[in-house]
Amino acid sequence: MSARLLVTQPGPQTTVQDLGRTGAQAYGVPVCGALDGVALRLANALAGNEPNAAALECRLIGPSFTVEGGPVRLAIAGAEAAIEVTREGETRSYPAWRAIDVPEGASVRIGALRGSGAAVLAVAGGIDVPAVLGSRATDLKGGFGGLDGRALKAGDRVAVVAGTPAGPCLELPRPPSLAFDGVLRVVLGPQDDSFTEEGLAAFLGTAYRVSREADRMGIRLDGAPLAFRAGADITSDGIATGAIQVPGSGLPIVLLADHQTVGGYAKIATVISADLPRAGRLLPGAELRFKAVGVGEAEEARRALEREVVSLIASLTPVRAAAEIDLAALYAANLISGVVTACDPE
Amino acid sequence: MVATSPVPDDNRLGRLARFLSVGDTAFAIEFGTGIDPVLNARVHRAAARILEAALPGITETVPSFRSLLVHYDPLVTSAAVLQQAMEGLDLGEAVVSAPERVWVIPTLYGGTAGPDLEEVARATGLAPEEVVARHAGTLYRVYVQGFLPGFAYLGVLPPELELPRLATPRVRVPPGSVAIAQRMTGVYPVESPGGWRLIGNTPLRFFDHAAAPPTLFAPGDGVRFRPAAAGEHAAIAEAVARGDYRPEQEAGR
Repeated sequence: MSARLLVTQPGPQTTVQDLGRTGAQAYGVPVCGALDGVALRLANALAGNEPNAAALECRLIGPSFTVEGGPVRLAIAGAEAAIEVTREGETRSYPAWRAIDVPEGASVRIGALRGSGAAVLAVAGGIDVPAVLGSRATDLKGGFGGLDGRALKAGDRVAVVAGTPAGPCLELPRPPSLAFDGVLRVVLGPQDDSFTEEGLAAFLGTAYRVSREADRMGIRLDGAPLAFRAGADITSDGIATGAIQVPGSGLPIVLLADHQTVGGYAKIATVISADLPRAGRLLPGAELRFKAVGVGEAEEARRALEREVVSLIASLTPVRAAAEIDLAALYAANLISGVVTACDPE
Repeated sequence: MVATSPVPDDNRLGRLARFLSVGDTAFAIEFGTGIDPVLNARVHRAAARILEAALPGITETVPSFRSLLVHYDPLVTSAAVLQQAMEGLDLGEAVVSAPERVWVIPTLYGGTAGPDLEEVARATGLAPEEVVARHAGTLYRVYVQGFLPGFAYLGVLPPELELPRLATPRVRVPPGSVAIAQRMTGVYPVESPGGWRLIGNTPLRFFDHAAAPPTLFAPGDGVRFRPAAAGEHAAIAEAVARGDYRPEQEAGR
């Protein structure tokens, strides 16, 4: 019997995600997938999975669950978080960016995320849900994919693909910085000509703030409204992830993973793919500016990000015994009593 | 090569369209502006030609009214390489032929099924029955699929039914709502926010993620709405729920 996670606290919005559902946008099916694709790949690598294995995306606060039916190996990437593992009354806390072996019967609590609004919790083997149109990602609006097309709720039993992870738990010695330098690079277009000179100047020259209206579909920004030459409406056309559409209010919306496939508002620019993971991490209140780059430069930035991810994955090493000791000291205040050794084979 | 066309370059993609930047994982091929069956036919033709050409690095294409969005993987190729390869694709003459199949959509008009019918009648100066007769008396074409899985933009509406979208969109539009806005009509396949005017409801399902293809409609299909009474609407809804309803078709040409 394979292991399951019995959800006791789901967190604000925990969904099953992978790298997304491509190939069906012509039918109106959005891509979905993890907001921070780099975090998904790193979490999966830490758990010993393929890059596209289905994992749990956590927003703001992670879930709590009990492990049933067998042990599991977990890893969180994309945010700082304390992962508390409790077994027989003994609690131990672990950081993100490393694998943790959790025995059957233990309960796991993931607290508030820090440094990002969207972390990925991978489980060795991957989350066991059926593929829909080639992906296991949750389409919240369409109501399919993932776990019944919805976010996790208390009482759910989340199945894990059977199989015992081999080898020691891995860690990422130098996690990528989550600090946001306040700049998202964009390629102007496809409808930058719908805006006045002043509108374009405001877009590239003033700061915007992430409003509270921010979800997996997109983030609405507060700041200087952008002036149109004629109006916001265009003949509806296709939308790419990262597109910045501007409705009649003049305030830009950065469209993220769950965006609709076509839309009728002018799109002033598109966030480059190398910066999409950063956009996916943004929290309400964050300040940002847009910087225009050319398509060639954007493509090169994406290739550079890919090299960085490959080198991060190549740098994974077995968790050091020293790290265990340091952690024990670091989290001593949180300990109720004793220590559950991270990589016991039990 | 037997090039016999008097002006051989006229139907090449590079002559008929322009490329627009959409970040570093997509670009648009835009054939013009507005809603026009010839432009739309070119878009779908371009999608088919690009699929046949099997250029490396293209992940998918998304046709819309007057442009085709090409998604690509910048780790495999680049916009410049793909656009150069596409410029010479021969799209042939744009032919707008009668649809090969025509779907018939039984629709319960007005009442709670179509809460905006009375207002549409007032705004157009038509009686509600005349709005229904005009909406149901028009053969529409599937221009674009998108917005929601299974949503199709059907056009074009008779000009006397053209109205702007609602000033304040509804937070929840029920599934199956038959709606109009500007020159288009369509059916909301699932519950969704929406700003179109709701004039009726159909029990049909338009999207099944387990089917191939997952949508009932295909681009270029014809669609006609047929007024149905409440009793028939309920009976069809039950048949759809049981999974034994076969959507009606008219003979196409």
